[in-house]
Amino acid sequence: MQEEIAGGRLEARNIQFRYQKGSPWILKGVSIKIEAGERVALVGPSGYGKSTLARILAGYEMPLQGEVLWNGQPLPRAGYCPVQMVSQHPERAVNPRWKMEKTLRECWEPDGEFLQKMGIEEAWMKRWPIELSGGELQRFCIARVLGPKTKFLVCDEITTMLDVITQAQIWQVILQETKRRGMGLLVITHNLALADKVCNKVVGLPEINRF
Amino acid sequence: MAGQGSRQPVLAVENLCISFGMYGRGMEKYELEVVHNLSLTVNPGEIVAVVGASGSGKSLLAHAILGILPGNAKMAGKLTFCGEDLDRAAQKKLRGREIAFIPQSVEYLDPLMKVGKQVLGACGRRERKQRMETRKEVFARYHLEESVANLYPYQLSGGMARRVLVAGAVMGNAKLVVADEPTPGLSESLARETMEHFRELAKEGCAVLLITHDIDLALQAAGRIAVFYAGSVLEIAPAGDFSGAGEALRHPYSKAFLQALPQNGFCPIKGTQPYAGNLPKGCLFGDRCPKRAAACAGNVEMRTLRGGEVRCIAAE
Repeated sequence: MQEEIAGGRLEARNIQFRYQKGSPWILKGVSIKIEAGERVALVGPSGYGKSTLARILAGYEMPLQGEVLWNGQPLPRAGYCPVQMVSQHPERAVNPRWKMEKTLRECWEPDGEFLQKMGIEEAWMKRWPIELSGGELQRFCIARVLGPKTKFLVCDEITTMLDVITQAQIWQVILQETKRRGMGLLVITHNLALADKVCNKVVGLPEINRF
Repeated sequence: MAGQGSRQPVLAVENLCISFGMYGRGMEKYELEVVHNLSLTVNPGEIVAVVGASGSGKSLLAHAILGILPGNAKMAGKLTFCGEDLDRAAQKKLRGREIAFIPQSVEYLDPLMKVGKQVLGACGRRERKQRMETRKEVFARYHLEESVANLYPYQLSGGMARRVLVAGAVMGNAKLVVADEPTPGLSESLARETMEHFRELAKEGCAVLLITHDIDLALQAAGRIAVFYAGSVLEIAPAGDFSGAGEALRHPYSKAFLQALPQNGFCPIKGTQPYAGNLPKGCLFGDRCPKRAAACAGNVEMRTLRGGEVRCIAAE
């Protein structure tokens, strides 16, 4: 694997967002800055816009006002996005008509050693997504985005559907990779004990959201 | 109906086996057994939690009870509901009424129907008014605003969708609630509240089968906890045994499970659960077990030990 150290700074400035005209504002005046190598937990009650903010930071949604900056530049709209996101529902994040090996190799070629670390079995490769459990699918979704071009990872409740042993295994790999590559990490979670173990800073969304 | 003093279990699962018909090369077809000889009972007024590795067949148990396994699944063994045989016809009649289900995935909501209507369910005109009231109460209880009833599932956040699923299940007067991971995506206080609600249901005589891997929540609500691994039960223990570092637990896997919690060490054991098509002989946990002995390769039966049950020969 090619070594590309140096992550980058992800910054959101004064983000405003709602899904439709006339629907209630979800985010207003949200600013957050995460340096390379920093691991931030984002907490808050359900329905407060945590996942929406995650989608904006990863470039899946455009904010109505405000901007998302990657190393001071707007997030690239074309090509590989250095900010990648792992979603809360793995069954919705994979193509149901692709076998798992195709999904896994969507953006890079993980080697066998890496797959073993992630706990991905060779036998799962030839299966369809409906033949795997949520936890098994989530491992694929995480392995898929841990390629060398990813510089920042947004994790939206990625281990809530996993059992605790797998959760600990997966976080060990993510922490090891992000620390080695100096990547930044934004972790959305309801599990405060997990936030405490994984992150070095906890931010409450209700505190930075002005509405 | 706890008042009648009958201790007949609401749900009894005996020697449940589930296998899937799979295709190999070309026309070759084979059976893949994913749940093996599983037995479990849930009594009226009792909450039994099922914890264990993801992919260990927890959800399959729930789907087998409801009769909603996919078409290529085959089921053997015996299911009884309040003493009656729970066959396909009975499942069809009871589910949604006496057996309530909270599915794991928010994908189970109908994407083309407003959620208020989905929670209301199918009912006659006379019933409708009454159910409408109940729906409002249930929504208020789960902090869902009335306007949410008019939204489609894609407009909900993960936690809101989850609450809608729970709301749908607690609408009627079910005798058995099968909850498959009801809490991920909910904030801690809301998750605790949901557990509190399950406890109230149990107090009224309802039996609850709670499938989760949040052992904290399971501890808070459940009386007994069953630990699943690779399609079989490794241990059934009173909830109290799952405290501290797990000294009171019987099976090494249950202990490892407890020690992997973020609040107790966060240290995982190595390896993964064996694939259903390639199971080791004897003890399924054998290749990851620190106490493995030669005898573990033989047949390991479930046995009673210190007020619980365990499938391990080394346990004492």
